[in-house]
Amino acid sequence: MLKATGIAKSFAGNEILRGISLDVERGELISIIGPSGCGKSTFLRCLNFLERPDAGEVRVEDVTVSSTGHWRRADEVQAHRLRSHVGMVFQSFNLFPHRTVLENVMLAPMQVKRMSEAQAEHIACELLEKVGLAAVKNRYPDRLSGGQQQRAAIARALAMKPSVMLYDEPTSALDPELSEEVLSVMRALDGEGMTQLVVTHDMRFARAASDRVLFMEAGQIVESGDPDVMFANPREPGTRRFLRTLL
Amino acid sequence: MKRVIFALVLALCGFWGAGSLDGHALAEGTALAEAKAPPAAPLRVPGATDDRDFPWASDGEANVPYVFHDPAHEGRMTGFEYDLMQAISARMGRHGRFVQNGWDGLIPGLSRDLYALVIDGIEMTPEHKAAVLFSRPYYVTVDRIVLRNEEKGLDTLDALKGHVVGTIKSTAAERLLLDHDPANVRSYDEETNLFSDLKNGRLDAILIDEPIALYYRSDDLKLVGPPIGRVAYGIAFPKNNPGLRDAVDSVLGDLMSDGTLHQILARWNLWTPQMADYTGDQTPSKVLPTAWTDYRQTMERMSGSSVQAMVHRYISFLPLIGSGALMTLGVSALAMVLAVAMGLVLALARAYGMAPLRWLAGLYVEIVRGTPLLIQVLFIFYGLPAFGLRLSPFTAGVLSLGLNYAAYEAENYRAGLLSVPRGQMEAAIALNMTHMQALRLVIVPQAFRTVVPVMTNDFIALLKDSSLVSVITLTELSQTYIRLSSTYYDYIGTGLMVGMAYLLVGLPFVRLARMAEKRMGRVVAKGHH
Repeated sequence: MLKATGIAKSFAGNEILRGISLDVERGELISIIGPSGCGKSTFLRCLNFLERPDAGEVRVEDVTVSSTGHWRRADEVQAHRLRSHVGMVFQSFNLFPHRTVLENVMLAPMQVKRMSEAQAEHIACELLEKVGLAAVKNRYPDRLSGGQQQRAAIARALAMKPSVMLYDEPTSALDPELSEEVLSVMRALDGEGMTQLVVTHDMRFARAASDRVLFMEAGQIVESGDPDVMFANPREPGTRRFLRTLL
Repeated sequence: MKRVIFALVLALCGFWGAGSLDGHALAEGTALAEAKAPPAAPLRVPGATDDRDFPWASDGEANVPYVFHDPAHEGRMTGFEYDLMQAISARMGRHGRFVQNGWDGLIPGLSRDLYALVIDGIEMTPEHKAAVLFSRPYYVTVDRIVLRNEEKGLDTLDALKGHVVGTIKSTAAERLLLDHDPANVRSYDEETNLFSDLKNGRLDAILIDEPIALYYRSDDLKLVGPPIGRVAYGIAFPKNNPGLRDAVDSVLGDLMSDGTLHQILARWNLWTPQMADYTGDQTPSKVLPTAWTDYRQTMERMSGSSVQAMVHRYISFLPLIGSGALMTLGVSALAMVLAVAMGLVLALARAYGMAPLRWLAGLYVEIVRGTPLLIQVLFIFYGLPAFGLRLSPFTAGVLSLGLNYAAYEAENYRAGLLSVPRGQMEAAIALNMTHMQALRLVIVPQAFRTVVPVMTNDFIALLKDSSLVSVITLTELSQTYIRLSSTYYDYIGTGLMVGMAYLLVGLPFVRLARMAEKRMGRVVAKGHH
């Protein structure tokens, strides 16, 4: 349902991604791990074209966007279509501080999908209930804890009914106990069959919750597979080194 | 300063005039031919609203006894030139209509066809003759020496040598003094300042046109010595309208020969031996100098320092200050609306636009910020007509202030836009918003909060800068202050009143901005990074 082929990206002559390909099946939860600077966040951001890859192709559902390095208006239109299937959650939450939690969730459905206010509010309340924020829906984001903010951000992304969710280090800014609030929401979504890609440093979560783990190093996917197998018995020396330093 | 601007504007007009020389020469040629043709062609009266209207311009601010606001009846104009223009208009079968314009704008307004002619004690010097067509002189006068009562001796130009002498800029008197003893000449813009400096001892003497000497002299000053030099005032017409000049000239001749001009001048106590020689009318005056005595009495009453006189005076100022405040507020508020809207567009273009757009917006900001507002005002009002764009003074004032402040606002907003964290735009794009939606719904509202305090500052500054539009004939608060204070020699009381008016106009905006700040401050709080 999501297929990336040959994604390459350089910043100022530095090759960050060296032609990465990935095929994601519906309902999978995939964790992407690897040392800092290995390109895992950049890869994730290339999947919804927050970064424009220099080369490669991304297909989500029925929308395909190819990048030849020469970005045209038609490509932007195509990327915009693609994003309608992709939700994203950021390390720093990025809630809109001038709007309440409820308004944060309602904004895109109303403005982008032209949904009626009543309908948007109905959906938003349902989602906020689901992530455990019904009680604080009328607060402004700065009155929420980090864990609450990140759950609100997930609800905001879900309100657009994406078929795949991308998480860019969703718990890196959070204390362990607050992280757990967020991770449990992601587990619940997995249980409902949501397709999710998570860039994470949380090895416990990667091991326990993922269907598949990707290990990235120097702009490439070095090893991928079943989490229990990979964590217990990494094949590649790079994976072994990385896991040894962390565990 | 004012006279310098006048010269500058004259030069500008000359420059642009040269560009359209062919058209003018052609028009002049045909007009001359028409004037010579026996059945007189219909007169061209620029600025006339219908075929009875006869608009003429002068600077009626503190311009006693030429054209000025009647201190006894605020809102009514009077003066010997005013009376003369009424008489000329009537003889031509038209209704004279006075048009106020600042001294600096009088001649440019003429070449813009805002009105038919200018009458404002303009000396018929070679420089002025190069810029306009003159009627025959309607008044011939001399320069006089004015001294403090206790001063003795200094009654000729030679006797004045080595003494500090004041006069008005760009006049025959100034040229005389500069030829004689250039080191000790002090030149003034305003008659009021000139005379108060003589009284307080900064000057030893004044050399000035006799009508001014007569009307501005208070009881502690005296006119001494024989008349000096000769000054002739002419009515000014645009170079391309000799037909109208000839028509007015012939009426002026009639008014001289039938004694009407004599009567007008006598009422103002301005009929002199020089005028008798010039017109050949040696008869004694048949009327009393009623206008002169009325003026003196009114001024004694109004400029008195008794409480009653002061209260009376200040109450009579209120309507003028009110209308000045309205003009200031109107120009400033509209200009701010323009500045905010255009500033936002410029800021968005600079922060998020494509390369050429970004570049153009940057260029605009640099040019507009880097040149004086005064030049911009003059350019838009007097310069643009050369390119076929004629704006009313009000529109030109709003436009020049608004366009100028847009450049400053643009930089404020750009700073505000850049202060919004990058992640906000990314989050909006990830939610499938377009760039425009992201800006409108997410970025701009957050940027707005940070720029409100600066905007408040800018609006107050704009309110004060709006005084510059007085150079294009708009009578706003500062202009009102200059007029009132120099008419009644009262700088303190009038200054306090006008200052109060500025505060009253500005305060509501400060309050409004505070409220907006508070409201948004509560909403946005401190941000979360």
